[in-house]
Amino acid sequence: MTSTAQRSSPLATPGQHGLVAHSDGPFVPVQTRSERFRSVNVDDFEPVNGREHEWKLSPVAAFADLTGGELDGSRLPIEAADVAGVALSYIARDDDRIGTAGTPEDRASANAWSAFDEALLVSITGEDEKVAFVTRTALGDAPRAAHTVIEAAPNSRGFVVLAGSGSARLSENVEILVGDGASLTVVSLQEWDDEAVHLSSQFARLGRDSYLKHIVVSLGGKVVRVNPSTHLAEQGADIESLGLYFADAGQHLEQQVFVHHDAPHTKSRVTYKGALQGTGARTVWIGDVLIGNAAVGTDSYEQNRNLVLTEGTRADSIPNLEIETGDIEGAGHASATGRFDDEQLFYLMARGIREDEARRLVVRGFLTDIVQKIGSADLEARLTAAIEAELEGR
Amino acid sequence: MSVLEIKNLHVNVETDQGTREILRGVDLVINEGEIHAIMGPNGSGKSTLAYTIAGHPKYTVVDGEILLDGENVLEMSVDERARVGLFLAMQYPVEIPGVTVTNFLRTAKTAIDGEAPSVRSWVKDVRESMKNLKMDSAFAERNVNEGFSGGEKKRNEILQLELLKPKFAVLDETDSGLDVDALKIVSEGVNRAKANTGLGVLLITHYTRILRYIKPDFVHVFVAGRIAEQGGPELADRLEEEGYDRYQVAESAAE
Repeated sequence: MTSTAQRSSPLATPGQHGLVAHSDGPFVPVQTRSERFRSVNVDDFEPVNGREHEWKLSPVAAFADLTGGELDGSRLPIEAADVAGVALSYIARDDDRIGTAGTPEDRASANAWSAFDEALLVSITGEDEKVAFVTRTALGDAPRAAHTVIEAAPNSRGFVVLAGSGSARLSENVEILVGDGASLTVVSLQEWDDEAVHLSSQFARLGRDSYLKHIVVSLGGKVVRVNPSTHLAEQGADIESLGLYFADAGQHLEQQVFVHHDAPHTKSRVTYKGALQGTGARTVWIGDVLIGNAAVGTDSYEQNRNLVLTEGTRADSIPNLEIETGDIEGAGHASATGRFDDEQLFYLMARGIREDEARRLVVRGFLTDIVQKIGSADLEARLTAAIEAELEGR
Repeated sequence: MSVLEIKNLHVNVETDQGTREILRGVDLVINEGEIHAIMGPNGSGKSTLAYTIAGHPKYTVVDGEILLDGENVLEMSVDERARVGLFLAMQYPVEIPGVTVTNFLRTAKTAIDGEAPSVRSWVKDVRESMKNLKMDSAFAERNVNEGFSGGEKKRNEILQLELLKPKFAVLDETDSGLDVDALKIVSEGVNRAKANTGLGVLLITHYTRILRYIKPDFVHVFVAGRIAEQGGPELADRLEEEGYDRYQVAESAAE
């Protein structure tokens, strides 16, 4: 496959991209988010050293095999029940759909793109509601690559859960194509083993008047990095981007969210909430919103909230907003990282509730507004139970 | 017959300016079914007494005792105190995002009784108490204190008082910020709880206004961390006319 590298910054030259921002050379202002270097070819990226802007908050040494090594690109073992209106198949690398939602912006993503044999296609048709689980489990300890395309036909409705559990060293790309007028929910659910590493770049392209609810839930895994990018490409497109994460001791959970408003009257709501508990629990949230000059009438809001339950944790929370047009409805962002509120604990305990239960109530309460927005009672119950288990250190 | 005894209570609080002595030897005995009003100017230590009884970690007891039916309350954790029958209606109840009133009440009731209440009678009790306090039924599904007005927060405190059925309740300036209608509703709730369960009440207030609706058996005037004077309900009437000035004059003369 030929490289589709795009260069728009005049200072970025092949072989130097990704280095300019922090090299000893002349000062280069932070580039606009849409002009980041992109390529589907791993060799177009320099080897990762951990100082690149897209890697500087990640423990890159823990997954050098995924950014630099050879990946097994064969089909992943998946479990999925038959659901009417949801068809699973495999498509070849040269299928027209591949690459329409986005292009890798980091080396792990490009490495997976260069390595996958075939892509899993999840095709949704029909206007009735339906829920489909696609579970990848026990992927082994060898580094792997995967590519998934989730395509919602125009005016279709669907709810797809892409779940991961067991062992994994996986770098993958997920493309989500939401047709005109379609309404789709995609949940990326990470419940991997303690030693698993999962790097996932997820690209969504939304058609006219379509709606995507995209939900990232990261609970299990040693390093889990899910980076969803949404291209609001057509008028009236609407994304609700939700995230829920719970980092235990020694766990690194990261999400770099990007929403690109690129058409009039598009809407985005980004809400990520996380809890951190135990020494070395680490979370990263970066939220970039770009409102392009075509995106008049944009309505955008992004927020991240972190609840710190113990000492020895670190939460990075970095919202960025770029606005290229003056004619918008609204745009805002918020970020807050706070310790557990002892006055809440006192209030609950003063009503007879034991300390451990009071803590559970507060944390569950903190995360619950995300859980309640998921829109599937079964999944909500399952996640509530999973959060309980996290709190008990299981 | 339950009794709450406070003996020679000395309490310090840590501030940025160092340790401050707030309570300087408080003695008080409250029997079941009695209503004691604690009145006093701002900064006299009334709220400190309330939070010390409940066990707030900010306050350090340096001397004295609190006994409930002879049991040492000071050795109990905050939740244990609630389970043996002490209740604090807070002046500034905190918000608990994501926890509904229904969930909170059921969790608290289960903790205090040691078993979950029977579903049918519990739902009925909650509905009845909310109706009595003129709380809209939609309250039950709202998150605890989140977006509540001042009056709604106070009603929510009294709702808990009625449902959790403690032996003794400390009401920390429950009247502050209430309009007269809300004040009446809240007062009726307290009177109902007393009539139903023989509740003993320590009513902490700056103003005499609430004493028109909740009749105290005893009035204690709190000045500079101790009880400066005590008497029957007539003392409240006198405070209404004279204010606290004469105690403060006496206090500053003594210093």
